[in-house]
Amino acid sequence: MRAKDLITFFILGIFFGFILMKAEVISWFRIQEMFFFDSFHMYGVIGSAIAVGALGIIWIKKSNVKDSDGNPITIPPKDPSQVTRYIVGGSIFGLGWSLIGACPAPMFTLVGAGATVFVVPILTAILGTYVYGMVRHQIPH
Amino acid sequence: MEFLTQPWPWYIAGPIIGLMVPIMLLISGRQFGFSENLRHICASCNVANVDFFNYDWKAKGAWNLMFSIGVILGGFIGGVLFANPNAVELSAGAIDKLQGFGLTNFDGFVPVELFTWGALQSNPGLWAVLGVGGFLVGFGTRYAGGCTSGHAISGLSNLQLASLIAVIGFFIGGLLMTYLILPNII
Repeated sequence: MRAKDLITFFILGIFFGFILMKAEVISWFRIQEMFFFDSFHMYGVIGSAIAVGALGIIWIKKSNVKDSDGNPITIPPKDPSQVTRYIVGGSIFGLGWSLIGACPAPMFTLVGAGATVFVVPILTAILGTYVYGMVRHQIPH
Repeated sequence: MEFLTQPWPWYIAGPIIGLMVPIMLLISGRQFGFSENLRHICASCNVANVDFFNYDWKAKGAWNLMFSIGVILGGFIGGVLFANPNAVELSAGAIDKLQGFGLTNFDGFVPVELFTWGALQSNPGLWAVLGVGGFLVGFGTRYAGGCTSGHAISGLSNLQLASLIAVIGFFIGGLLMTYLILPNII
């Protein structure tokens, strides 16, 4: 990957982290509020993000636009037949998401925002990923 | 300036987050998804030589790792340089339920009674909360094949049934934690 693209992704990351802060989706309070169904805020953020993302993908598919390297853009489909992994893996993820109020990107954002205790879940999330890699042949997908 | 320190309503922040999906595809055909970074970090120090992490993480993940470093800096800019001086404007219902958990301080974006070094010092059990929570997120996201960005945003944007099932899973786990487990442990 060219240095120019790496810098582009770095800048996009800054932008994304900033928006996560302003949207308050990195807030443990907001996550609990979402699971309490007490506010539309989180659903509005995620729902409108999906709507705009979907319009973008439809446009990319219809226009056959190429990426900046001139390659055709293909999005590999996800295999929906592996129901176990999505339900069980997703539920395990959800337990952690609610417990600490942060999914992977917000953990990193929070550290930058000064909530440095979130280096603890970042380290154990890396450990959790590693353990998944070790046991994945022994668990149902 | 006000605009940079105030929280943004969902109808501004949400669509901008959604734009990340086509922008990443247009830059170099990459799919937006953050949790792959955790796998790339594992691949960069694969001490036990696990097959799942034997790949060229620099070729596959350098772009995303650069993105993740940017995300930390973005958190600093949004949370420190342009910090919102006010507390999160939570609904009365949520505050009421969180007070039921025993929380009293709603300043900042995470509860200071749970997620500060001082809180960890006075209540060592909170180390387990952060540690176990992170582990569940890391294990679960790879098991499910994606996180909130990869499944909920990228996947649902592309109308993937797999992602819909995963998001239902996210909510099964999240609701169990919020309603049944959290009230008993904090």
